[in-house]
Amino acid sequence: MCTTCGCGAGEARVAGKALSEKEETQETRAEGTVHAPPEGPAGGGAGVAAAAMSYSAVGGGTGHSHQHAGGKPHRHAHHTAVHEHPHGHDHDHEHDHLAAFADGQGPAGTDVSGRRESRMVQIERDILAKNDSYAAENRHRFDEQGIFALNLVSSPGSGKTTLLCRTIEMLKARVPIAVVEGDQQTSRDAERIRATGVPAIQINTGKGCHLDAHMLGHALHQLSPVDDSLLMIENVGNLVCPAAFDLGEAHKVVILSVTEGEDKPLKYPNMFHAASLMLVNKIDLLPYVSFDGDLAISYARQVNPALQVIQVSATTGEGLAEWLAWLMAGCAARQEKKQATMASLRRRIAELEAMLPAAARG
Amino acid sequence: MHEMSLAVGILQIVEEAARAQRFQCVRSIVLEIGELSAVEPEAMRFCFDAVSRGTLADGAELDVITVAGQGLCFNCNKTVPLAALYDPCPACGGHPVQPTGGTEMRVKELEVE
Repeated sequence: MCTTCGCGAGEARVAGKALSEKEETQETRAEGTVHAPPEGPAGGGAGVAAAAMSYSAVGGGTGHSHQHAGGKPHRHAHHTAVHEHPHGHDHDHEHDHLAAFADGQGPAGTDVSGRRESRMVQIERDILAKNDSYAAENRHRFDEQGIFALNLVSSPGSGKTTLLCRTIEMLKARVPIAVVEGDQQTSRDAERIRATGVPAIQINTGKGCHLDAHMLGHALHQLSPVDDSLLMIENVGNLVCPAAFDLGEAHKVVILSVTEGEDKPLKYPNMFHAASLMLVNKIDLLPYVSFDGDLAISYARQVNPALQVIQVSATTGEGLAEWLAWLMAGCAARQEKKQATMASLRRRIAELEAMLPAAARG
Repeated sequence: MHEMSLAVGILQIVEEAARAQRFQCVRSIVLEIGELSAVEPEAMRFCFDAVSRGTLADGAELDVITVAGQGLCFNCNKTVPLAALYDPCPACGGHPVQPTGGTEMRVKELEVE
């Protein structure tokens, strides 16, 4: 998947290396070009379907109606926002449309004027389906390994990396930690994290504005986080795009610093809506700024009533105990879930093994 | 905005469908975009135009069906229209309103040849 806003596919790099995605994109393009020049009839089936219907042209090509063999009149308004199917025909099959042409008796695949037939193909797929399938793979990996994965999102300069370094310093003796750093350019953040002694990998999104599940999958492959660990994914500093892209994480954690406006949750509602926890960071600066914390929290809860909030300062350490407790509770829940799954699998294996002798006798 | 990524996502769906259903050219693409999905249809058209050049969807029309935002108001326990995620309930003026419709971004159908 291309992840660029501003074009230029396949520029994402994990630890300086291009993703195999680049080849994928080129392959798809190459096939698209092969498909592009229309040659010959679309297919025999289409021709048969056309013969079973009668067509009549309506209104200068902006729309047309036709009748199926069953006798239901059927109208399509093209190139308008409204797509009407007043007779409740739900389009669960493919059928052919002849654009503007009186009695559809041309050879299969073309109409009398030599124009190609068109047909409707049902798709009904979410645009983000591809990303979501990569996210499901990542989530499956996290479940199997008992990894508690968090997607940290915020605007640039909210203090994510500093908070992360501080968190790692305080927590690394208690739980194994690994970090994925997303930035447009440079590996400065990954270097800062590695200085704390935990493994980190840098994804550079190139012209991209967010991480996607495919990039994260590549990063995980290289990073190989250990079982029962805490994985922190620091997304690109951007309050808009990362909201739409599931990475397979357990939670999105949005960080809002007191040097920003308290109305950010209202201005960028999608991100605050997608997050489970909001960290209000840099609270040591509250005496110097006109930031109304209660108002910020009430705005955020307006967008997302279930949002949890912890107020912290990465500099003074205030509030960090509550944040660490939240992290440890999350890790424990993941590990318990993994153990419960393993216990039920073991029980199932024991049951099957118990059945073996009986099966051998039979 | 991430419309460029979404436009590439649409193109991938179209190309996959072309392989499965064996068509060579796409005339129009019907999308369902929810009012609460943070997608600008105009930006989407612009991006799709750029990414589809030289592909089987070159010149294809994007028909965008806007799906109205809808939510469940926890105060009056009714489904109400919702223009934006943070809006109060239009009936009682209260919060919260849980979005129940209008968040979709889907490729609904294609007109192909």
